[in-house]
Amino acid sequence: MSDEQFEIIIIGAGPGGLSAASRAAESGVSHVLLESSPKIANTIQKYQKGKHVMATPDILPLRSPIDFQAGKREIILETWEQGISSYNTNVHYGAEAKKIEGSKGNFSVECSNGTVYLGKHIILGIGMQGNPRQLGVPGDQAELVQYQLDDPDEYSNESIVIVGAGDAAIENAVALSDNNKVYIVNRKDEFARAKEGNLNLILAAIESETIECFYGTTPNKVEETPDGERAGLFFLNTSSGEAQVPVDRIIARLGAIAPRGLVESFGIEFPNDDPNAIPALSNQYESNVEGIYVIGALGGYPLIKQAMNQGYEVVEYIQGNQVKPADHELIAAKFEVLPGDIEVDDVLSLMQARIPVFEHVNALQFREIILDSNVHVFKKGDLIFKKNDYTNSFYTIFQGDVEIEAAKDLRILSKQGSFFGEMSLLSGRRRSATVFAGDNCVVIETPRRTMNKLISSVDAVKRVLDQTFIVRTIQQKFAPENSIEELMPVAENTVINQFRPGEVIFAEGDEGDTLHFIRSGSVTISSAQQGKDVIMSYVPANQAVGEMALLGDTARSATATATVKTETLSINRESFDMLMDTAKGLRDRMEKIAEERNRQNVAKQSRAADSSELVSFLMGQGLGEATDVLLIDEEKCVACDFCEQACAATHDGTSRLNRKAGPTHAHIHIPTSCRHCEDPSCMKDCPPDAIQRGGVGGEVFIGDNCIGCGNCEQNCPYGVIQMAYKSEAPDSYWRWMLFGLGDKPGKADKSKSANPDAIKQAVKCDMCKDIDGGPACVRACPTGAALRLSPEEFAGW
Amino acid sequence: MIHTSFLSHDRFKFLWVALALGLISALFYLFHDPKEPPNGGTWLGYSLGTVGAILILWLTYLGRRKRNFLNGSGTVKGWVSAHVYLGAALLIVGTLHTGFQFGWNIHTVAYALMCVVILSGFYGIYAYTALPSTRNDLKGSQTLDEIFVQVEDRDAQILKLVEGVNSQVSSAITSALDRTVIGGGYREQLFGIDRSLAMINGRLVGNPAQGAILEYLIETLSKEKGQTRERLGQLMNALAERKKLLDIIRDDIKAQARTSAWLLVHVPVTFGLLASLIAHVISVFVYW
Ligand SMILES: Cc1cc2nc3c(=O)[nH]c(=O)nc-3n(C[C@H](O)[C@H](O)[C@H](O)COP(=O)(O)OP(=O)(O)OC[C@H]3O[C@@H](n4cnc5c(N)ncnc54)[C@H](O)[C@@H]3O)c2cc1C
Ligand code: HEM
Ligand code: SF4
Ligand code: SF4
Ligand code: SF4
Repeated sequence: MSDEQFEIIIIGAGPGGLSAASRAAESGVSHVLLESSPKIANTIQKYQKGKHVMATPDILPLRSPIDFQAGKREIILETWEQGISSYNTNVHYGAEAKKIEGSKGNFSVECSNGTVYLGKHIILGIGMQGNPRQLGVPGDQAELVQYQLDDPDEYSNESIVIVGAGDAAIENAVALSDNNKVYIVNRKDEFARAKEGNLNLILAAIESETIECFYGTTPNKVEETPDGERAGLFFLNTSSGEAQVPVDRIIARLGAIAPRGLVESFGIEFPNDDPNAIPALSNQYESNVEGIYVIGALGGYPLIKQAMNQGYEVVEYIQGNQVKPADHELIAAKFEVLPGDIEVDDVLSLMQARIPVFEHVNALQFREIILDSNVHVFKKGDLIFKKNDYTNSFYTIFQGDVEIEAAKDLRILSKQGSFFGEMSLLSGRRRSATVFAGDNCVVIETPRRTMNKLISSVDAVKRVLDQTFIVRTIQQKFAPENSIEELMPVAENTVINQFRPGEVIFAEGDEGDTLHFIRSGSVTISSAQQGKDVIMSYVPANQAVGEMALLGDTARSATATATVKTETLSINRESFDMLMDTAKGLRDRMEKIAEERNRQNVAKQSRAADSSELVSFLMGQGLGEATDVLLIDEEKCVACDFCEQACAATHDGTSRLNRKAGPTHAHIHIPTSCRHCEDPSCMKDCPPDAIQRGGVGGEVFIGDNCIGCGNCEQNCPYGVIQMAYKSEAPDSYWRWMLFGLGDKPGKADKSKSANPDAIKQAVKCDMCKDIDGGPACVRACPTGAALRLSPEEFAGW
Repeated sequence: MIHTSFLSHDRFKFLWVALALGLISALFYLFHDPKEPPNGGTWLGYSLGTVGAILILWLTYLGRRKRNFLNGSGTVKGWVSAHVYLGAALLIVGTLHTGFQFGWNIHTVAYALMCVVILSGFYGIYAYTALPSTRNDLKGSQTLDEIFVQVEDRDAQILKLVEGVNSQVSSAITSALDRTVIGGGYREQLFGIDRSLAMINGRLVGNPAQGAILEYLIETLSKEKGQTRERLGQLMNALAERKKLLDIIRDDIKAQARTSAWLLVHVPVTFGLLASLIAHVISVFVYW
C-alpha cells in the first residue's frame, strides 16, 4: 500500500472515467484511474471489430479534454489512448476495485490484486456491463483461461473447452468447432437457457460429434502443463466421476455479474429492487455516500458522449467550480417556446414545484427527464392526442388546463399540475380518450421509456400513477358520469394483480367473486367441452373479464388464462355492487356486454371448425402480446418468395421477414417477422431511444438514429431483428428487365457494404408505415397466402 | 374465413366481369350478320381484335405490376384474380375475333400461341391451388430444412451402426449414403427422377428410392444370425426411415418445381405471342 493520497480516485476507464481522469490531469489535480481490464474502455473494446461508433445525440456538445467523434471503434480507441498519454493521465490497469472504506476526504479503495489506494473523492464510472463470472476453481486465473472470444477465426487446431450453457457459450463453441476440437461443459443435463436457434445448432453438433458435450459436469481445477503437448489440463467432475481434458484454451462464458451488488457494497443505495433502478444522485452526480460520485451508464446515462461530459463536469464540481452542465443549451432550447424570459434553472424548479408527480424526483433526474421531453404551448381547442392513437408518451400540465373527452359530449377538465396519458403509458395500449388543450395550456410531453425508467427508480411516482390509473379506469370504463371523488371508495379497494404467462386468473367452477379489468397483456377465455379445453375468445387489454359471474351470481362459467405477462385491476363483489349503485346505467351496459359475449360463445360452440387448437398454438408462440402478426397459409403459399422480395425492395434491400423460418401448425405458418408487441421488449434497452411506436397503426419501428449496438436484437424474444447495411441504390425494374443491370428487385445481397463508413443498423418490420397501401409483403402475395392479423381476429378464424 | 384466395378475391368480382365480357362478345357474334363470312375484318372483328390486343398487353403487364412493390396499385392477389378470369375470357374474345378462319399463316400462329399461353395459365391455376396443399400434407408441421436435419441425423446414426458390420456390407451402405442424390436439373425435379446410386458387391448400381440398398440388406440379413442379424435389422430400419424422409423431400421438390415450372412456358410464350401479335397487326394493315 502506498501512502500517497490522491485528490480523486476514478474507478473504471470507460468513456466517463477516461474523460474525468484526463480533465483531472489537465487541471493538475492528483488522481489515479483504476481499470480492471488490461486496456482502456473495456465495453468499447468488446464492440465488434470495425464497428462505426456513433456520437449521439448530435446536438449535444462534447466537453472533454479528449476527443470523441463518430467513427471506427479502432480509431476512437486510439484517439483516447493518445489523449490520455498526452495529458500524462495516471492509469493503473488490472486494478479491479472491490472494496471501498472510509468517508469523504479519507477513502481507501482495495483492489482484487491486493493493492490499496487512498483518496479524498471517488468517481465511479464502471458502466453496466458487469464483470464476467469467473470459473471459481483453482487455476482459473491461468493464462489459458479466457472470458471472452473476439474472433473465432484466430484459432485453429486447438483443443478448446467452453464452459457454459447460454447463447454466448453455444455461439462460441459452434464457431470454433470448424477448425478446432471443441468440448462444451454444461452444469445441467440440458441447454435450457439457450434460444431456439442456438439450441438446434448445439444439439446437432453434439449429435454429429463435431462438439463433445459434458453434461451434468462442473469444473474442478485447471493445471498448466508447460512441458506437455497442450498448454494445460482441465479437471472436471462429471456425473460418472472425474475426467481430464488436455487443453490449449478454456473459454468460460458464464454470464456477467451485474455491478449492482458491488456498488451497494460501497454503501450506495438503490431506491428499490427493480433491476433497472438507478442510484439516486444529486445534480452534481453525488451519491448518498458523500464524496462518491457516479457517472456514465451506471448513473443511467447510456451514451458515450453523455458519460464523457459528466466525467469532465464532475471533476469541476469536486474542485468547487460551478460549471453549467453541457446540456444547458439543449434545455434552454426546449424552453424557448415559453413566454417570458426566465432562467432555465428557475423554470426547472418551478416545474417541479407545480407538478406533484415530479416532486419526489431529484433535480438531476428531473433534468434528464426534461432533456428527453418536449414542452408544448397549445392554443385553446388544439388537439393533443386522439382516442385510439397508438402513442404512449406521458403528459404533465405545467400551466393552464386541458379537456379530456371521456365520453361523447362529456369533457373532464384537468388543471395545472395534474397529468394525463398515463393509461397508454402503463398498458401499452391505444389512447383511451381524446384530449384537447384548454385555456393557457402549456404541457410537458415525456416519452414512455423515460417515464418507465423513472417509475422503476422512484417508488412514489409509481404509486401515484397506479392510483390515478385505477380511479380513472373505473371512471372511464364503468362510470363516466360520476366524479372521481364519488369513485374513490371503489378505487381504494381495487387491487393490481400480476399474472405469469399461462397462469390461470380464474377457473371454470370457481366462485365468481371478482371482476378483472385487464390493464396490460391479454387473456384467453376457455371452457371444457367433452373433456377438451376449447378456447372461446381472446380478450385484449383495456377490457374486463369475469363480469358474468358477478352479474348472475353464479360460479365461473369459463376459465380465464393469461397469454403473456398480464396485469389486471380486480374489483371485488362488494365494490362492484357499490359501483352498480353509484353508476347510472352500468347494470344495463354490463348486461349488454354479457349478452354479446354469450352470443359469441354460442356462435363459436355451434361452428363445426374448432379453431381452439390453432389459437392455443398461436398463443403458445407468444402471439398474445402481439398487435399485428404476419401469417402464411401454407395451403395457398406457392413459395414464390415475392413477400420477401417485396419487403426487401421497399426496405433498403433487407427483407424484414423470413418466410421459411418459424413454426407451423396445421397449415398456418408464423414466419419470422415483427409482431408489434403491446409492450415491446426490444424497446427496453436502446441507448439512443431509437425504437418508437407509431401513432395510428401502432407499428413498432426503428429510427435512423440507431447506433447499431445490437441490444434490441438480443432483447426481442422472437428473433425478428437483424443487423444490416442499407442499400446504396434502389433497385430498378426496367433497368433489370431490359438491360440486365443492377440487382433483381428485392434480391440484392446486403450482408456487405461497399461504403466503408456504413454501419450495420438494426432493422425489422415497420409494417410499411411509409408506404401507401400498407404492408408490401401482403400486397405482393399473388395467391392471398400472406396476411396480417391482430390477435383479436384469431378466435373467429 | 378472413382471407380469401385469388380465385375468390372480392367475391369473385372478376369472374363476373369476365363472364359478362364473354357473354357480350358471344351475343354480338351471334346476332352480327356480316355480308362476308365472319372474320377479323368486319367491324365486329375489329372491335373484338382491339379488345383482345389490349387484353393481351394488359395481361402481360402483370409481370411488371408483380415487381412494382413500392407503388403498385391494389394487391397482386387482386391483379392475379383479374388476370386469370379476364385471361380466360380472352379465349372467347380471341376465338370469336378469328371467325374460325384458320390457315397456315402468321394470324393463326398468333392465335395458337395465345391458346398455349392461356392453357398453360389454366395449368397454373391448378398448380397454384392444388400443389401447395399437397406439399403441406407431405410435410405436416415440419419445414423442409427440418426434414433435411432429420436425414442428417439418420445418416449419423447409420454411420455409427455400420461400424459393427463387415466391410462389404458397410461399404455398400456408406456408398448408398454418399451417392444419394436430391434435386438435380429441371427434368429430375419435375418428374421426381432419382439418380441415386450405390456400390453393391463392387458394382455401381442405380438406387432409386433407396430400393437397391434396402433389397441388398434384406437379402444379406436373411443369411445372418444372432448379433449380426440384429445389427443389420437396426440398419434396415434406419435406412427405411431415411428413405421415407427422402421420399418426402423428393415429392416436395417435385411439387414445388411443378408449382412454378409452368411459368417457363407461360412467360416465354407470352413474348412469342407479343411478337407474332405485332406481325399479325402489321400484316393486316399492309396487305389490306
Ligand atoms: C455493442 C454496443 C454498441 C454501442 N454503441 C454505441 C455508440 O455507437 N455510441 C454511443 O454513444 N454509445 C454506444 N453504446 C453505449 C456505450 O458503450 C456506453 O454508454 C458507454 O460505454 C458507457 O460508458 P461508461 O464510462 O459509463 O462505462 P463503460 O464504458 O462500460 O466502462 C466501464 C469500465 O469500467 C471497468 N470496470 C468495471 N468494473 C470495474 C471495477 N470494479 N474496477 C475497475 N474497473 C472496472 C470496465 O472494465 C470498463 O472499462 C454501445 C453499447 C454497446 C454494448
Ligand atoms: C394471352 C393471355 C395471357 C398472357 C399474355 C399472360 C401473361 C402473363 C405474364 C406476363 C405473367 C407474369 C409472370 C411473371 O412475371 O412471373 C403471368 C402470370 C400468370 N398468369 Fe398469365 N397470361 C395470360 C393468360 C392467363 C390465363 C388465361 C391464366 C389462367 C387461367 C393465367 C394465369 C396466370 C397465373 C396464375 C400467373 C401467375 C401469377 C403470379 O405468380 O404472380 N394467365 N401471365
Ligand atoms: S421487435 Fe420483437 S419485441 Fe419488438 S415489437 Fe417486434 S416482435 Fe416485439
Ligand atoms: S409489413 Fe412491410 S416491413 Fe413488415 S414484413 Fe411486410 S413488407 Fe416488410
Ligand atoms: S408471396 Fe405469398 S405465395 Fe409467395 S412465398 Fe410469400 S406467402 Fe407464399
